[in-house]
Amino acid sequence: MATYQEFIQQNEDRDGVRFSWNLWPSSRLEATRLVVPVSCLFTPLKERPDLPPVQYEPVLCSRANCKAVLNPLCQVDYRAKIWACNFCFQRNPFPPSYAGISDVNQPAELMPQFSTIEYVVQRGPPTPLIFLYVVDTCLEEEDLQALKESLQMSLSLLPPNALVGLITFGRMVQVHELSCEAIAKSYVFRGTKELSSKQIQEMLGLTNPAASGPQGRPVAPQDPAVTCRFLQPVHKVDMNLTDLLGELQRDPWPVPQGKRPLRSTGIALSIAVGLLEGTFPNTGARVMMFTGGPPTQGPGMVVGDELKTPIRSWHDITKDNARHLKKATKYYEALANRAAVNGHSIDIYACALDQTGLLEMKCLSNLTGGHIAMGDSFNTSLFKQTFQRVFSKDYNGEFCMAFGGTLEVKMSRELKVSGAIGPCVSLNAKGPCISENEVGVGGTTQWKICSLSPSTTLAMYFEVVNQHNAPIPQGGRGAVQFVTQYQHSNTQKRIRVTTVARNWADAQSQIQHIESSFDQEASAVIMARLGVFRAESEEGPDVLRWLDRQLIRLCQKFGQFNKDDPTSFKLSESLSLYPQFMFHLRRSPFLQVFNNSPDECSYYRHHFVRQDLTQSLIMIQPILYSYSFHGPPEPVLLDSGSILPDRILLMDTFFQLVIYHGETIAQWRKAGYQEQPEYENFKHLLVAPLDDAQEILQNRFPMPRYIDTEHGGSQARFLLSKVNPSQTHNNLYSWGQETGAPILTDDVSLQVFMDHLKKLAVSSAA
Amino acid sequence: MSQQGYVATPPYSQAQPGMGGYPAGFGSTPAQPLYRHYGGPPQSFPAPPTGMMKPVSSPSGMPPPQVPSHYGSNGQQNGAHPQSYPAPPYGQPPQSPYHSMAHQGPPPAQQLTNQMGAMNLGYGPGPMQSPQVPPTSPPTQQPFQTAPPPAMGHSPLGPPPTGPHSSQMAPPQSPLAGPPMAGPQSMGGPPPMGGMGRPFPGPPPPGAGGFQQPGPGAAGPPGHPQQLQGQFGGQMAGPGMAGPGMAGPGMAGPFQGGAAQMAGPPQKKLDPDSIPSTTQVIEDDQAKRGGQVYTTNLRGQVPPLVTTDYTVQDQGNASPRFMRCTTYSFPCTADLAKQCQVPLATIIKPFATVPKNETPMYVVNHGETGPIRCNRCKAYMCPYMQFMDGGRRYQCGFCNCVNEVPPFYFQHLDHMGKRVDFYERPELSLGSYEFAATLDYCKNNKPASPPAYIFMIDVSYANIKSGLVRLVCDELKTLLDNLPREDGAESSMVKVGFVTYNKILHFYNVKSALAQPQMMVVSDTAEMFVPLLDGFLVNFQESRAVINNLLDQIPDMFADTNESETVFAPVIQAGVEALKAAECSGKLFIFHSSIPTAEAPGKLKNRDDKKLINTEKEKTLFQPQKAVYEQLSKDCVSQGCSVDLFLFPSQYVDIATMGDVATHTGGSIFKYSNFQVERDGQHFLSDLRKDVEKAIGFDAIMRVRTSTGFRATDFFGAIHMNNTTDVEMAAVDCDKAVTVEFKHDDTLSEETGALMQCALLYTTISGQRRLRIHNLSLNCSAQLSELYKSCETDALINFFTKSAYRAMLNQPLKTVRENLVNQAAHMLACYRKNCASPSAASQLILPDAMKVFPVYLNSLLKTGPLVGSAELSTDDRAHQRLSTTAMGVEDTQLLLYPRLIPLHNMDVASDVVPTPVRCSEERLTDAGMFLLENGCSLFLWLGQACPPELIQSIFNVPSLAHVPVDLRSLPELDNPQSKKLRSIVDSLLDQRPSSMKLLIVKQKDRSEIMFRQHLVEDKGLHGGASYMDFLCYVHREIRQVLT
Repeated sequence: MATYQEFIQQNEDRDGVRFSWNLWPSSRLEATRLVVPVSCLFTPLKERPDLPPVQYEPVLCSRANCKAVLNPLCQVDYRAKIWACNFCFQRNPFPPSYAGISDVNQPAELMPQFSTIEYVVQRGPPTPLIFLYVVDTCLEEEDLQALKESLQMSLSLLPPNALVGLITFGRMVQVHELSCEAIAKSYVFRGTKELSSKQIQEMLGLTNPAASGPQGRPVAPQDPAVTCRFLQPVHKVDMNLTDLLGELQRDPWPVPQGKRPLRSTGIALSIAVGLLEGTFPNTGARVMMFTGGPPTQGPGMVVGDELKTPIRSWHDITKDNARHLKKATKYYEALANRAAVNGHSIDIYACALDQTGLLEMKCLSNLTGGHIAMGDSFNTSLFKQTFQRVFSKDYNGEFCMAFGGTLEVKMSRELKVSGAIGPCVSLNAKGPCISENEVGVGGTTQWKICSLSPSTTLAMYFEVVNQHNAPIPQGGRGAVQFVTQYQHSNTQKRIRVTTVARNWADAQSQIQHIESSFDQEASAVIMARLGVFRAESEEGPDVLRWLDRQLIRLCQKFGQFNKDDPTSFKLSESLSLYPQFMFHLRRSPFLQVFNNSPDECSYYRHHFVRQDLTQSLIMIQPILYSYSFHGPPEPVLLDSGSILPDRILLMDTFFQLVIYHGETIAQWRKAGYQEQPEYENFKHLLVAPLDDAQEILQNRFPMPRYIDTEHGGSQARFLLSKVNPSQTHNNLYSWGQETGAPILTDDVSLQVFMDHLKKLAVSSAA
Repeated sequence: MSQQGYVATPPYSQAQPGMGGYPAGFGSTPAQPLYRHYGGPPQSFPAPPTGMMKPVSSPSGMPPPQVPSHYGSNGQQNGAHPQSYPAPPYGQPPQSPYHSMAHQGPPPAQQLTNQMGAMNLGYGPGPMQSPQVPPTSPPTQQPFQTAPPPAMGHSPLGPPPTGPHSSQMAPPQSPLAGPPMAGPQSMGGPPPMGGMGRPFPGPPPPGAGGFQQPGPGAAGPPGHPQQLQGQFGGQMAGPGMAGPGMAGPGMAGPFQGGAAQMAGPPQKKLDPDSIPSTTQVIEDDQAKRGGQVYTTNLRGQVPPLVTTDYTVQDQGNASPRFMRCTTYSFPCTADLAKQCQVPLATIIKPFATVPKNETPMYVVNHGETGPIRCNRCKAYMCPYMQFMDGGRRYQCGFCNCVNEVPPFYFQHLDHMGKRVDFYERPELSLGSYEFAATLDYCKNNKPASPPAYIFMIDVSYANIKSGLVRLVCDELKTLLDNLPREDGAESSMVKVGFVTYNKILHFYNVKSALAQPQMMVVSDTAEMFVPLLDGFLVNFQESRAVINNLLDQIPDMFADTNESETVFAPVIQAGVEALKAAECSGKLFIFHSSIPTAEAPGKLKNRDDKKLINTEKEKTLFQPQKAVYEQLSKDCVSQGCSVDLFLFPSQYVDIATMGDVATHTGGSIFKYSNFQVERDGQHFLSDLRKDVEKAIGFDAIMRVRTSTGFRATDFFGAIHMNNTTDVEMAAVDCDKAVTVEFKHDDTLSEETGALMQCALLYTTISGQRRLRIHNLSLNCSAQLSELYKSCETDALINFFTKSAYRAMLNQPLKTVRENLVNQAAHMLACYRKNCASPSAASQLILPDAMKVFPVYLNSLLKTGPLVGSAELSTDDRAHQRLSTTAMGVEDTQLLLYPRLIPLHNMDVASDVVPTPVRCSEERLTDAGMFLLENGCSLFLWLGQACPPELIQSIFNVPSLAHVPVDLRSLPELDNPQSKKLRSIVDSLLDQRPSSMKLLIVKQKDRSEIMFRQHLVEDKGLHGGASYMDFLCYVHREIRQVLT
């Protein structure tokens, strides 16, 4: 048998699934003792270039509350043309179209390599993608100009049949009509008045009073594209829209000295949501909001317009001094839920030097699968490229975005689902397999993911329900089926079905097996998501304490040690990295608010709970490469000891990409050796990390902040704050070694952390 | 001058029991409705005898023909008469005219006879200037026979030859004696009846009897001749003094016109000529004071009539164009004022247009400290400030406070105590001038900015379909070049903005930098706001291309609209908000079609309930729906936002409410019912042009200060008042007047007189803040006669109109009408009691200055708002009521006494407008052509027998039947008649504040009804007495007061 490493990798490649445990404890009690729950990271739209979608409908189990999809794990009686559902054991006849089926002529979905399969189905008329730009006009002239250019450029990136709309806001909110030829026309709304969706539609002239049926049920518009003047096919209006964008002016209302411009972000978004709600419910749509500052008026206001009152800080929040926080958050949550119900996602592109209220608005993107991008200015490549990358295409030349996804999970009777953490909302689909023990977004077997990208990853948490005294027969397997329905970017409706199974193992007799089936990377991310999820609602220290507790318990469960002898403590290979992940997680901005504004935290957390495993791990524990004359670039420990004078370091924290030139290198560079032909190798050394960084920059979404610094540079703090402070001003001289750079911090180093961990793990008192 | 004043025909008044029959004899409508208005006892109207009806129903029926011809001939002769006999009256008994009207003789019937005689006979060519003559010349026919030649000569239009006259002379008498006699009978009662009967068949004997009376009558009031001169002389001017006296010039037209129609009943109508004639008064004043310079150097000087053409030289008192008072001599005490009940009021038209030959307003700048004002009462420096102490101090003429003269203003006094620089400083020597205001006089102490005009066009289905939207848009392209500008300025500083709307509002960004306009839609009508700041209000010159582009597109953009609902209050709100955002004042031009029914603030529903008419609740029809609109008015005024409303309704739109804001913000309301571009387009456009181009001031606040002893207590006009003294006007243009009523606080002294200063702080069209000051000094007198002598009827009626129209919001119409008559009766009775020489109670004696007051009052009572008839549209009534609120004296005068201009005998060579004739059906002639105008409507009336040549020359069609009725303007033909007529029409249109639509009315056509409404001396079509009936009625009231 291949190693678990290989097994895990293979599974991930094929199904986009990584379980924390690849052998499942066979009883509830045992499962809870494992500390890390039975759970997985699931990437619904994992890129599968080798998987051509099949052009027919999936075959469903006929049991009403099961409806599982026929899959390779099902028992099939080819003669009787009957299959047995592997979840509910219902025996189902094959549909007539499967008449020719036999053990040599199997449909794809029965073949083991198609444990993940994608169906293209015909459901209703194809609906084009919708992009609704919501643009803040309270920007500096330069910023606005850059933004206008980006937006104009984006028109060429959109699929030609996509519908596009434009809302601008400042003191007022303007919904631009795009179909009109002669005269630019827009509907204007007061930025302070909250309107119901119905009112908005009435005011936009979208409701036809005569059209509503006698039952009082509004009749769906026959051809929304025609009826809605605000959303028009790109190919029809791109000239118009380009002009319109070109003529966009800064918000003309005067901003008195000492005031912020009045920015009606809340109303603008509510109008965007209302507009789409009324015209294209349950159709994939993207609201893309570009803002250059915090909402300053109306519902959803984050800070008043007086410059003398600064925007809330963590300090204000902990002191309960953030006046608008709760109200605004509640407002945006309500909006986000409305959007989510209709399958519309909301992106936020916030570019400003100060905070823009992401803390309050994050739910808009978090609940609807939208993106958040944060930058200092729209006139930066960070924004421009990030924005461009939203429209990146896959190997088929199709947009890497999918809309209106619903993820349904079905599982064997021994399992129940506790919840999911990711950019989703609950669809409140009740069923027997829902755990009472809610983790993340629970209480349902279906989630809505309004917008999906190939990297969108959810953490799913399960619960073993089997009682200890009713063991599962040896060799039994538990199965989980993920059914993801979504609207492909080419407007097709698709269903992707992933069915995975894992063996049950008796935790008492097979604990080693279970231990070796532990996927510490996945587990670290899964636990981290739990921690981040908790951190949203709980105080920071509580979360840290909880994480520590879990870690200690895990070490107690699987560590080998003699009681009360920390030095005897040992962890097996499959768990060896896990404490280190936890150490870095504790220091990460996802849980540490110190030095990070509320907006930044929200931003980091937003990306953390949606990226796939690899990216998530980078976020938890940044990667550090070292470049030197001594050999090829090598990954080195994220430790202050790695900071050496004759090295160039490249650190990737996902959000930042730092190139750090050691002291000597920096001096050489300053002296200009790289210019001299005889030092060409030095030139090459300097260039190497840049090239590597470029490669990362090419593919990452959002664009990381690119930092080129050197020893003693102010920007070096990005590196210094990440590395393990093995040498600090406290211990530097006691160690007496001349390696690495001291970090001026009181944070504990990994060494100290591990010492404590060992001590606590072996303590009999714990 | 005149102690006695005018003494009018007593016979009518005397015979109360017979009153009922009287109107029946004349009018074609039953008598009851007529009297009901007066609230008089219905019993007094016996059912009209059947016999009476006949002549009425068939005016040109059998019996009467002779009479008409008879009169017709008279008419012609009379028409000629004035010219032919200028002198005789003087030579002979000057009383003669007097007699004709004022025979106080005990047997009234005889006097009537006399008058009749005068009419019938006195018009002869002969020297029979007075009624006395008839007896001496028994053969009545003779004068006629002899008369024709000269008459013919003078009035070429009179076709009937002399022959018929003489031959008919006798026959007419009998019909007259018969049925028509009912009239006299009823008036005179049984006894005079006999007398009455006789005079007609046999002129001489009764004539003699009647003749005798005049003698004593004349003798009674000794001063008669002089009075005559005083009272009538002026008015009568030369020709007027002719034998027939009052009847003189005025007779010509009516008699000719009435020829066919007068029939039997007109018998009575002989008398109209004897009762005071407005046209006569006007003509006389024109003759006496026309073309002269009126120098305002005297206190309490009575100015010429508004109708007179005069030039003003400001020498310390404001021109009567700016301020005109009901009386120029105030009673000294409150008791006197109460006793006479003559309202003390001033009609102020602060921006009145000044003819080119008069000096324009000087602007005085007192520097940074602002205009010099009295420390106590804050009156501005004016000619009434008395300098003393060698010029170091001055005493305020209003509050008598002694103030220091600021050093920079010091000037030595001459030996007369007059400042040496008296003539160099307008504020010391003139009645009207302006001060440049300092920042203290500006809102928020910020300099004012030029105003903005916002055009708000209703683009709902109705306006699109009628073609209005296209019309307005096309017009604006050129009109905006004519925005008002400061004198000498190259271009206008006024900014313009555009809004279209139906249920929602569309704002337009027309910034000059844009390639094409941008439209911004605001659907949130519940809370209106302005969606843009920059680019909404622009300079037309700079943004011309974008604006023209917009105006081209608007009609097309909404061409296929099917939106029929509109909003209204949010539209105004939007305008106010826009001005607020731009921090300027301005004016909204709203072109609106229908009652605003869309769901929004200020939504209205149809509350036009004809059942309410003539009930206690009728007033509710005129009360605006409060709340929203009231607040809106306040908002408008505080922002200096005037609202001009152009309405194009096809049905009820609740003008009472919709016009509310306009009438509180110095705006105007224009109404074009069932608007059609071809028919009403020109009319509307000329209104619009006038309205856009006219001189105007914004964000005005007016304060009227008075000298001690009296103060301004009530204000009428298109104004808003937050407190009791400050008159706030969002805008005030050259046609808007404010009527101010004064009350006594204390005793006034004859010596110091009554001074008033009207100070108007406003923003000019170029955004400068100015103070316009008008000063006026009046006399005070303890003698009521002084007051009556210096009364101004036109101003009085202006006051009465406004106060009655306001009262009707709170009182039942019946009460309002009664109060009006009562007050009039009191005024006149007081005069009778205190100023006139003792005379018989049966005599109606009117103060000279008020002698035509009754005709105006009667006309007022017959106006739409007050008449209470279900046949009139509520909107029209409300419209008229509201339009009147800001009218000046000229406007009310003309409205209540339209000009009826005979055209058939106009002198095409001269460039004067033919003299108007009295507004009565009798003055019309079958063969005539008349122009009638009242400032709102313009009619061209064509008699059935109008000569085809005239028709041909005016209309270029062969006969009357070919004249198109829907003609909206006169064809331009190259002949003297056509040119003359068109120049008359043009000059009329030019003079009036609003344009008038020309309506062609053919005699006996259905459309004649509209025309007849304006013949104010006749019985009202919707109720209301004829002039003569009313006079009787007033007389009766006076007698009641006196007893």
